[in-house]
Amino acid sequence: MNLVLHVWRQASPTVKGGFVRYEAKDISDHASFLEMLDIVNEELTESGEEPIAFEHDCREGICGSCGLVINGVPHGPQHGAATCQLHMRHYKDGDQIWIEPWRAKAFPVVKDLVVDRGALDRIVQVGGYISARTGAVPDANATPIRKEYAELAMDAAACIGCGACVAACPNASAMLFVAAKVSHLGLLPQGQPERRDRVLNLVAQMDIEGFGSCTNHAECEAACPKQISIDFIARLNRDLLVTSLAQTPEHMVAGAG
Amino acid sequence: MELDSKVPSGPIQEKWDKRKFELKLVNPANKRRYTVIVVGSGLAGASAAASLGELGYNVKCFCYQDSARRAHSIAAQGGINAAKNYQNDGDSIWRLFYDTVKGGDYRSREANVYRLAQVSNNIIDQCVAQGVPFAREYGGLLANRSFGGAQVSRTFYARGQTGQQLLVGAYHALAKEIGNGTVQMFPRTEMLDLVLIDGQARGIVVRDMVTGRVSSHAAHAVVLATGGYSNVYFFSTNAKGCNTTAIWRAHRRGAAFANPCFTQIHPTCIPRAGEYQSKLTLMSESLRNDGRIWVPKEQGDHRPAAQIPDADRDYYLERLYPSFGNLTPRDIASRRAKEAVDDGRGVGALKNGVYLDFRDSIQRLGKSVIEERYGNLFEMYERITGENPYAVPMRIYPAPHYTMGGLWVDYDLQSTIPGLFVIGEANFSDHGANRLGASALMQGLADGYFVLPYTISDYLARVGPTKTDSTHGAFGAVEREVSERMKTLLAVNGKRTVDTIHRELGQVMWDACGMARSRGALEKGLEVIPEIRERFWKEVRVPGRGEDFNQGLEKAGRLADFLELGELMCRDALHREESSGGHFREEFQTPEGEAKRDDERFAFVSAWEFTGVGSAPTLHAEPLTFENVPLSQRSYK
Repeated sequence: MNLVLHVWRQASPTVKGGFVRYEAKDISDHASFLEMLDIVNEELTESGEEPIAFEHDCREGICGSCGLVINGVPHGPQHGAATCQLHMRHYKDGDQIWIEPWRAKAFPVVKDLVVDRGALDRIVQVGGYISARTGAVPDANATPIRKEYAELAMDAAACIGCGACVAACPNASAMLFVAAKVSHLGLLPQGQPERRDRVLNLVAQMDIEGFGSCTNHAECEAACPKQISIDFIARLNRDLLVTSLAQTPEHMVAGAG
Repeated sequence: MELDSKVPSGPIQEKWDKRKFELKLVNPANKRRYTVIVVGSGLAGASAAASLGELGYNVKCFCYQDSARRAHSIAAQGGINAAKNYQNDGDSIWRLFYDTVKGGDYRSREANVYRLAQVSNNIIDQCVAQGVPFAREYGGLLANRSFGGAQVSRTFYARGQTGQQLLVGAYHALAKEIGNGTVQMFPRTEMLDLVLIDGQARGIVVRDMVTGRVSSHAAHAVVLATGGYSNVYFFSTNAKGCNTTAIWRAHRRGAAFANPCFTQIHPTCIPRAGEYQSKLTLMSESLRNDGRIWVPKEQGDHRPAAQIPDADRDYYLERLYPSFGNLTPRDIASRRAKEAVDDGRGVGALKNGVYLDFRDSIQRLGKSVIEERYGNLFEMYERITGENPYAVPMRIYPAPHYTMGGLWVDYDLQSTIPGLFVIGEANFSDHGANRLGASALMQGLADGYFVLPYTISDYLARVGPTKTDSTHGAFGAVEREVSERMKTLLAVNGKRTVDTIHRELGQVMWDACGMARSRGALEKGLEVIPEIRERFWKEVRVPGRGEDFNQGLEKAGRLADFLELGELMCRDALHREESSGGHFREEFQTPEGEAKRDDERFAFVSAWEFTGVGSAPTLHAEPLTFENVPLSQRSYK
């Protein structure tokens, strides 16, 4: 098939970007979306132009590197899949495709389709973990965990940190990301000692990083390549409410909507 | 160059305890006066950096990805082994040790493997405490499954995302230390060379992949945790960014490279669909627990799978290996698949795969059980191929996956360069000539959490907290070399893209040093690779500037190193005139077509010393002795 692409090109964070038109020719149905971009990039390189910068690594939908807004939808039209798992059989000859980076204040553009998602790492660094010093731990079977909770924790832990939830949200909120982290750890007995601090600190850092508030659009769930449920946002809000009623200074509870 | 494995004396069960007691410790108050560099943030790198940070060292951790959480350990699906014996099925440390030495076809160091089995149990404890959501039984205890090459159920797993969950656990530990200020993290920063002062590793030169700035970082010790080099084949299951640059640059600076030809071809990957393809996708080998592998008995049988009756199917692994059946180790399963396809009995449009069929398990267990066990893998398969594996059998074919070879290390995981430690897939130590399933995650975390943090203290205590900074002249000299090399790459301005040359190298490597090797093919490879390398430096085109985000330049630098490594791999494969594990020399096989080792001549580790590009490297041999697992031919019949 032959396609017309309109790709966001932006040389650096400080210069203005814009769409540039390219043609992708003789693309196989079986090629992946990123392989289609590879083909375009090979041609650009051969003609001495700079190839389109886009992020990718494992190309199996698990590392969370890739992320393109395709015709307005983060990760494109296929439900529950990352950009790298999208194959060209979802398109037909003559289609026009607009390709953009994640758009969010907290994710500044690095170049073309590549953005800086360091904000998500910084959220984790303020407490999105269980403190378990190497070696100072009991036997793995010392604490049985109800299967149902373990499964639910796993559902939340499936998050790959790609940031599609932020890109999909009209408010550019990172609530689904934070909710997944807080729920994964908060559902497990090992996560209880730090549960309250965790929820407060993560939400506070989300605000500091410039993410918006959640106003229940649920676009995040629809865009999530791991289909993480917004039920976890309800869980986060419940934790946040209980915790803030219990003991917390006001400045730490902003933003969760 | 002298290879001293430093394996402690005494019974194998006591060696690690003995060594730990011998190791010098660094005074707690002094730890912050030491800086340790960790390159890579996968299971090995993240767990090492976090553990060293907890101990109080100043740690600098580098990764090429935009976040430490994206390292390629994340893609491991199936599981992680440990000798917990929670299933009461006769497992023990000794059995895990025995299986790993035997599975590695007697080309690993016994003492290292025993230690790996010993600490395997600590890893599971550690991960559970961090909140890794392993699969559980209804009683709330941990579940296990059996995995390729093992007759006990010792594999712990988190759906088909075990690597991701373990890495997130290690990433959390790392994030905690970054938050505490003991670890300084440098994402999007690629190590381009190692810096030695007075023969000791004292730092690295890196490139900031956003600004293109080249800079130096000094330390008292450098730890490489940069993974494997399967991307030398272009097509592999590795992430696109996985590369050999860090270990290859260290090799050029004097670190011996051990067993470079020991590569693992994974049996269950999705066959190639076309020319444009950029990588191969692995399907977890756990699928072999419930899927049956077959091809049509007759060549040219083009009927759809469902129309081929059992009588016309060849379940070749079950036929050849009745006791292990579809669970034979990876090297054997891969080679037998290649034979079936080479024999003209391949399946799929390009006749380049074999079937992995779930019909019988779906009938026996029900679709819901299969869905619970493999749901995400089935979805992944359907997305890529457009075929529904609940209805038609999967098609699979082997692909380069893991490299058992890597930088030579002693029992302390120190390379032949003092102060340079190598952990995880980047070293050679534990898997011999073939790695068993679910053992890579185990080794990465064993090295990072439970071995390196002890052994490195011995080295640090000996060198002392001397002043170290990157103003030393050695750093400037290496920085200039690194910058010159990039300038050269940008200035060639030829006609070919990096990927076209990489594909060419990959094809040569696959033909010469892939699943089946022979003298003739290897000699041809050794002739052709230097030619490709020469053309690379004349014909490559790298657009853009060095002082910028430039993915083409990153790829070009990595390929330049693969072009040197490929030659060493062929040389090693040619020299090793035996078949062992993943290294299958067609000239050396038993009448039944199994790998035929030559323990008289080749029971050693090949450690190669760099002598210059295009110049023959020097071979050093570390003899291997087997006192606890008697040498025998592997049999999975």
